[in-house]
Amino acid sequence: MRRGAVCGAVLALAGVAFVAALAAGGDPTRAAELDAGREVYDRCLACHAIGYDRVGPRHCGLFGRRAGSVPGFPYSDAMRRSGIVWGPESLDAFLRDPPGFVPGTHMTWAGIPEPDARSQLIAWLAFATAPSRCGPAAAP
Amino acid sequence: MRKSPSVSPTAARVSRRSLLAGGGATLSAAAIGLLAGAPSLLGARAARASDPSADARILNTALAAEHEAVAAYQVGAESGLLAKDALDLAVQFQGHHKEHAELLARTVRALGGAPADPRSEYAFPVDQLQSQTDVLRFAAGLEKGAVSAYLGAVPLFGNRDLAKAAASILGDEAMHWSVLRYILGENPVPVAFVS
Ligand code: HEC
Repeated sequence: MRRGAVCGAVLALAGVAFVAALAAGGDPTRAAELDAGREVYDRCLACHAIGYDRVGPRHCGLFGRRAGSVPGFPYSDAMRRSGIVWGPESLDAFLRDPPGFVPGTHMTWAGIPEPDARSQLIAWLAFATAPSRCGPAAAP
Repeated sequence: MRKSPSVSPTAARVSRRSLLAGGGATLSAAAIGLLAGAPSLLGARAARASDPSADARILNTALAAEHEAVAAYQVGAESGLLAKDALDLAVQFQGHHKEHAELLARTVRALGGAPADPRSEYAFPVDQLQSQTDVLRFAAGLEKGAVSAYLGAVPLFGNRDLAKAAASILGDEAMHWSVLRYILGENPVPVAFVS
């Protein structure tokens, strides 16, 4: 199996709270935010993984990535042509109302109305999808 | 009960036959909902209220997730890590996902769409599945995610019969999630509201 997939699985299955605590460098507020965000990410787990493509594309390397650009993933035309680059602001708008923000998207999911849950999730995504953690260069 | 390492006596006592019979009854309710929804889309009332191709897109995304769940349970069933009771449950739950998939595909077709096919391969984290607990935890995560996925689909349907059918499937996935938590020794119903 590819290392990206393994790393995604590690993040998904085991020790994530521990990893988050380490990443927070002893800052309890930050650790709590990452933990809460990881829990919100459970809502994505029917369709996504960090390290490999599923119903939705992998999230590894998400920040700074052009929407619809994971090679080989069968995106909708709507996503491919959206012109979005993923970052905290575009993710906040998309995750509030995916079909509203990208009409015609295959991510047919109503979104996360609570601003706090979204910001926690985006903090977790920024952490967990960093290529140094989930990409080919990440430690196994 | 909270720390039960394997399938609990309660779960095991219920025979597979009676479990299957109960499951069949639940799913035919979903079937009625879905099949009731599809033809009514052709009516004028529904045509005004909803866009069949948008509803078909929602069903197709759900179908892709159901295909993956079927494949995931296959990996679990073939892992050799599941004791008989757990294996029976996995096979039964897989059967539900197959029924969901068949129904969703049929409904997408009835709406004039092309149903999503299963992927030729799935990248499951097999390296991480070393024990029965790992397999059940993995399945529980997928089922929990499926509940969230259907919850997020329900309000998007233009056709309310399809929303009702999706909610019926949601209920089935929530039962899977709960039973898996129970046999993992976790609180089977940890929240009053799913999200
Ligand atoms: C029901 C399945 C489903 C659920 C649940 C879901 N997604 Fe998606 N997601 C998809 C699909 C399918 C796509 C591809 C969309 C397209 O091509 O239009 C996608 C695309 C995306 C994208 C764009 C990625 C890219 O490469 O451009 C992001 C970001 C995203 N999802 C984040 C999330 C997050 C975060 C969650 C949980 C809060 C989530 N998704 C829940 C199915 C889902």
